[in-house]
Amino acid sequence: MTDAALAAPPPVSGEVAVQISGMNKWYGQFHVLRNIDLTVYRGERIVICGPSGSGKSTLIRCINRLEEHQAGQIIVDGTELTSNLRNVDKVRSEVGMVFQHFNLFPHLTVLENCTLAPIWVRKIPKREAEATAMEFLRKVRIPEQAGKYPGQLSGGQQQRVAIARSLCMKPKIMLFDEPTSALDPEMIKEVLDTMIELAQDGMTMLCVTHEMGFAQAVANRVIFMDQGQIVEQNTPREFFNNPQSDRTKLFLSQILGH
Amino acid sequence: MSDLDAQTIAYARDTMLPPAPPPRREAGAVRWVRENLFSGPLNIILTLLALWLLWAALRDVLPWAFRGIWRADSVSECRTIRNELYGEGVSAACWGVIRSRWQQLVFGFYPSSELWRPPLALIVFLLAILPVLFANLPRRLLWLAPAAPFAIVWLLWGGPIWGPVAAALGFVLAWVVWKALASRGLLVAFLGALVVSVLYWAFLARPLAAALTSILPLGLTPVRSADFGGFTLSIVIGLSGISLSLPLGVLLALARRSEMFIISKIAVIYIEVIRGVPLIVWLLVAQVLLNYFLPRGTNFDILLRVIIMVTLFAAAYIAEVIRGGLAALPRGQYEAADALGLGYWQAMQLIVLPQALKISIPGIVNSFIGLFKDTTLVSIISLFDPMRMSSTIRATTEWGGIYWELYIFVAAVFFVFCFAMSRYSIWLEQRLERSHR
Repeated sequence: MTDAALAAPPPVSGEVAVQISGMNKWYGQFHVLRNIDLTVYRGERIVICGPSGSGKSTLIRCINRLEEHQAGQIIVDGTELTSNLRNVDKVRSEVGMVFQHFNLFPHLTVLENCTLAPIWVRKIPKREAEATAMEFLRKVRIPEQAGKYPGQLSGGQQQRVAIARSLCMKPKIMLFDEPTSALDPEMIKEVLDTMIELAQDGMTMLCVTHEMGFAQAVANRVIFMDQGQIVEQNTPREFFNNPQSDRTKLFLSQILGH
Repeated sequence: MSDLDAQTIAYARDTMLPPAPPPRREAGAVRWVRENLFSGPLNIILTLLALWLLWAALRDVLPWAFRGIWRADSVSECRTIRNELYGEGVSAACWGVIRSRWQQLVFGFYPSSELWRPPLALIVFLLAILPVLFANLPRRLLWLAPAAPFAIVWLLWGGPIWGPVAAALGFVLAWVVWKALASRGLLVAFLGALVVSVLYWAFLARPLAAALTSILPLGLTPVRSADFGGFTLSIVIGLSGISLSLPLGVLLALARRSEMFIISKIAVIYIEVIRGVPLIVWLLVAQVLLNYFLPRGTNFDILLRVIIMVTLFAAAYIAEVIRGGLAALPRGQYEAADALGLGYWQAMQLIVLPQALKISIPGIVNSFIGLFKDTTLVSIISLFDPMRMSSTIRATTEWGGIYWELYIFVAAVFFVFCFAMSRYSIWLEQRLERSHR
């Protein structure tokens, strides 16, 4: 980790950013998420881990309603997610999301990727949106790539563009869905460093990731999920040094034990 | 492991190799010919066979075409000239038929004094479509596009200018209503705009046009649809069909993939029914049946009916082609657009359609080429397309007994149009390909 990673993350406020209570989701007959209760405070950085198929990606995709939940309540930044499309679009414009496979728009340049949503959703003038985009591209350290197309960039660069694209909407909450899983080992660090900087700026973050070094460096809380349920949550120190449930112990021994 | 092994396995590079150019190969035409035509005994035989076939096919046709006689006004005159020039029994084309009948082949029965109008309409069409086809032209030219259809209709059919102007006002009216009601929801605005414009067209447009005409009688000589013929007819039907079926096809493709059950089922039924019945049947429906369904006394122009039918028919094919393009887009593109807060139409317009249409270009152009050639089917409902016009010319006393010359001419003109479309699509694909990487 960089020196930056060692600096203490800013304290957490008492304000609620995301409130999930009694939330359930099914895919057909399959019960993917079971009775999820989770409160995320503003400025909190939460890492969600667990075996594949445990529902961790589905959980954060429910927070901006890429997936619909069938029971319970999700309130994001004071707006409840229901089938009301206006609320959904409002929440989506306040919540940034970074995907495992970047999902950049290949027919637009890096700069256009970053200015598209601010111009069309926020109705910001083009010039202003471009200035903001360049600012965030500098922040993720690729301003020189602004005129290129995503296909011309490396995986790590693409993921940093994806982060910049989300930041251009000035989101209050950032969701990361396995942001480094599709990257070569050499590129994981550059993306993690960007995320660590973001954490230090006080961004509310929910990350699905298996990067335990990242969890230890910046997370306030680590959540372990299995079979659609939250099995254990704790501070990173306690979670890694003193796991409570057997399932967590097994999982940790498998991912840390080699 | 022996010492020797250890020495050969352990290895550390101290200098990195600079990139080197690939080995130089011999090049040029001779190499190409040797490699592609005469690389082995079998290929030598095949090459010679192909050359012989080419010669056999062309040895009669080419001299026939080049001996062709251009200055003649009938078949018998052609024969006299041929006998003088080449002697009795030598075959020679009689291109004179194209020279003497080109007006009918190109314009049908369009009045001779008004022949400038169809080409001008074509120029207006091209001017309106050019900024759409070539992205590097100034965007301001796009403002021509909405006015072009009215100008083209007026140029082709003539009549007072106030007819098209009054019709265009209906769209302006619809737009104003749409803007005024947009804040109350899209459905309200859409229905409001629809009702107001339909009422306007039904009750106000005609009297308004008549009133304006009586004040300021500006206009062109009216031309009846029955006078359209030859390539003018093909191009009018073809280009209208092409430019109307693309937007309709896009909407149908989106509807078919819609999550709204009823909308998607309506699109499926429409596409399957239209595709499942031959175009000729639909054209006969347009000619005969449509009048049964329309209110009594409405005389719906036959050419307009054909254009509507051809458009509806082509749209079903275009929709299926575009559906393929939509399906080829990764789900992540839709999700990223959603996650950024883009609405459905924004996501479609900015993210999904630009990529899906790019993938669909070869299929779309394929459908367009098919549509353009299918315009010759209108001869079945007694419209004078180039093929029927050729038969009519052959039925005259001057040109009875002429075959190939007319058909070759018709084929050549169609080929030029279709080949141009094909080349444009290849160019467009390459340009989009380049800019995306």
